Amino acid sequence: MSQDSYDVIIVGSGAGGGMATYQLANAGLKVALIEAGDFYDPADDSQRTQLRFPWESPRRGASTRRRPFGDFNACIGGWELDDEPFTTTEGTEFMWWRARMLGGRTNHWGRISLRFGPLDFKRYDSDGLGHNWPIGYEHIKPYYDKVDKLIGVFGSNEGLYNDPDGFFLPAPKPRLHELYYIDGARKLDIPVIPARKSILTKRINNQRGVCFYCSQCDRACSIHADFSSSTSLIFPALNGGRVDLFTNSMVTEVTTDESGKATGVLFINKKDRSFNNLHSRAVVLAASACSSARILLNSTSPAHPQGLGNNSGHVGRYLHDSTGASRAAFLPDLMDRDIYNEDGVGGMHVYTPWWLENSNLDFSRGYHLEIGGGMRMPSYGFGFAVNQYNEFIGKEVGGYGERLRDDIKRFFGARLSIACRGESIAQHNNYCELDPHEVDEWGMPVLRFNYKWTQHEINQAKHMQDTMEDLLQASGGIPLGEKPGASENFGLTVPGEIIHEVGTTRMGTDRRTSVTNEYCQLHDAANVFVADAGPFVSQADKNPTWTILALAWRTSDYIVDQMSKRNI
Amino acid sequence: MNRRETLKTLILASAAPSFIGTVGCASYTNNAVKPLTWVNISSDYSYGRTDVEKAHDQNLFKESYFSDHELITIATLCDIILPNEHPNGGALDAGVPDFIEFITKEKENFKVPLRGGIMWLDNHSIENFSANFINITESQRLKICDAIAYPEVRDQTLQPGIRFFSLMRDLTMTGYYTTELGFEDLGYEGNTPNVWDGVPEEVLKRHNKEYDDEWLSKCVDQSRREVTAEWDDDMNLIT
Repeated sequence: MSQDSYDVIIVGSGAGGGMATYQLANAGLKVALIEAGDFYDPADDSQRTQLRFPWESPRRGASTRRRPFGDFNACIGGWELDDEPFTTTEGTEFMWWRARMLGGRTNHWGRISLRFGPLDFKRYDSDGLGHNWPIGYEHIKPYYDKVDKLIGVFGSNEGLYNDPDGFFLPAPKPRLHELYYIDGARKLDIPVIPARKSILTKRINNQRGVCFYCSQCDRACSIHADFSSSTSLIFPALNGGRVDLFTNSMVTEVTTDESGKATGVLFINKKDRSFNNLHSRAVVLAASACSSARILLNSTSPAHPQGLGNNSGHVGRYLHDSTGASRAAFLPDLMDRDIYNEDGVGGMHVYTPWWLENSNLDFSRGYHLEIGGGMRMPSYGFGFAVNQYNEFIGKEVGGYGERLRDDIKRFFGARLSIACRGESIAQHNNYCELDPHEVDEWGMPVLRFNYKWTQHEINQAKHMQDTMEDLLQASGGIPLGEKPGASENFGLTVPGEIIHEVGTTRMGTDRRTSVTNEYCQLHDAANVFVADAGPFVSQADKNPTWTILALAWRTSDYIVDQMSKRNI
Repeated sequence: MNRRETLKTLILASAAPSFIGTVGCASYTNNAVKPLTWVNISSDYSYGRTDVEKAHDQNLFKESYFSDHELITIATLCDIILPNEHPNGGALDAGVPDFIEFITKEKENFKVPLRGGIMWLDNHSIENFSANFINITESQRLKICDAIAYPEVRDQTLQPGIRFFSLMRDLTMTGYYTTELGFEDLGYEGNTPNVWDGVPEEVLKRHNKEYDDEWLSKCVDQSRREVTAEWDDDMNLIT
């Protein structure tokens, strides 16, 4: 296979790699797509977990080390991979999720698809912290528009300046607990609008199906009615015949010539442990922010002694993840409720975008609120502490026998929960680097993480907790458990836990303080691009996927343009 | 239903009483009245596993963790927590002891609390009634359960038993309600293709909720879900 030469090699098949594959192959280029995991299609019954019942699994959907989000979750990978460990510096807590399968993390994400707004690209201008992006909303907007139409996203046009309108499919109606939330939020004058998710509530083409409301997007959709990179981008591209797909292939290095230009990649075939190389005119890294940084740092040569693209020393720097905190409540009004099918789409139907711009707060940057609850399908854990809410209604907690059947029915679905997702501020001192002492099973140095939250994120988490408590109560709920205090960082998640790592190859105009230019092209090697969330200068409180897709499309257009001009 | 075709049958006192032999022997004649049977869970699963996962699960099935005595004690508790005498069956009908055995092998952190909990229970039972938990009378067993089934009881000497019983209740409830019998009992509806079109009208009324027109105008018209989406230049959906 290695005699082949390609126009472009794309490393990683998640959102960015999928979009680059789709665009570059459609532009007529010959593409090699390299994925570290296996082939995956949720339409293949031997891989399907969708619409399975809990008793189809011996552990009833409980999480495992290989499927931390539960036995039926589609994502193969997790926080700990047997063959790919990582380390942390002293005092750092970091969680690093890796997906190892075609489509990457797009197989399990919540499909929350939020555009960044004009303010999100220029945060330094508003608070003097971090840095501005070299581009603004106006540069990305045309691509967001095209992504909306190509992939499909439901939502609503609300005319909110920093949560821009889009080409939306219609939203699903709110569930009952969401109607309680809507009333609660309105009482407190906090906005609430339909969620924005890349799930097809209406047909967009003849290749993909329309949502049949099983609420299991996290199990990947057998009719391809939600967005995952494999089903929506890679399969159509493979059908075009210009893409060679290499699975179970771990890229360890980008190879370069004496001038420093990339010539291709080295990869290990994980099945037979053989070393392979492929040649190409250009290389697109889309292995996820930290994995792409790792490959760059591991690609040392006389022309790039500190690693490819790392003359600035910024590869791996400014790593940042979303903040998160959550709280749940018992909703007494929903006791003894009528039972009907309220699965709906995967996850929430309504959400609250950030609403306190320009308020006087003791932290900078905002967060949004995601709503959960209701009558979920029982799986492992259902029935734990079965009648704990009895304490709120003056009944006895515990016991045994027939009464437990009444208890479980009384409280089924009587729950409302909120999860906050916020923006953290990118820090030069939060970074990943190669650990000089340890290699993974493939002989490649592992990543070592160094990361600490600042007071901004901690204060933001405190605000999240206060807001969630107010909202849960205003919605008629009784918040559960102890409200986390200062000693627990107000329930702030561990860096990496929200799986929104960005910033490791950030873009900029100054090659001394950034890794890529605005087209995600390395300053130090004109034929190497990054198409994951590495080039993000700041993350906004928005989930990164829609912006990864828009940027990858923009980068792909630029690659085609530069190739046609023979600049690459 | 053929779920009883694969019954595992174990008579209470058929397991050698391993704790205090003489006491166990004495109870053999007195209490071997009720046969304890439960549905076996198959080790044949197919739900989108990778090869690595399949091998992991098969290894777990081959292993056994609990002794017969422990398993019978677990089954006895399962039967007390969710008895079979119900139209939708109980924990033993749903194969809960097998589920608990599997999940304990899978989750290391259950092993010591369950094994130690059974020891605590037998010890407590011998102190009060001079025999292992499974070898005392049913009314004696319920007396013990009454003492340890309520987490709010503050008696320090009972805390290990209370914790153990809570764990057994959790595992029994989850083991039962994640089976077809449990779904039937709960009346769960879902996990099937459908066209969600909001909360049923009568439910909305009961909860004094309604969909306001402004919100509804943003929601899907399910009669047009198969009509391919098109927009005008101002981002308005026109189909």
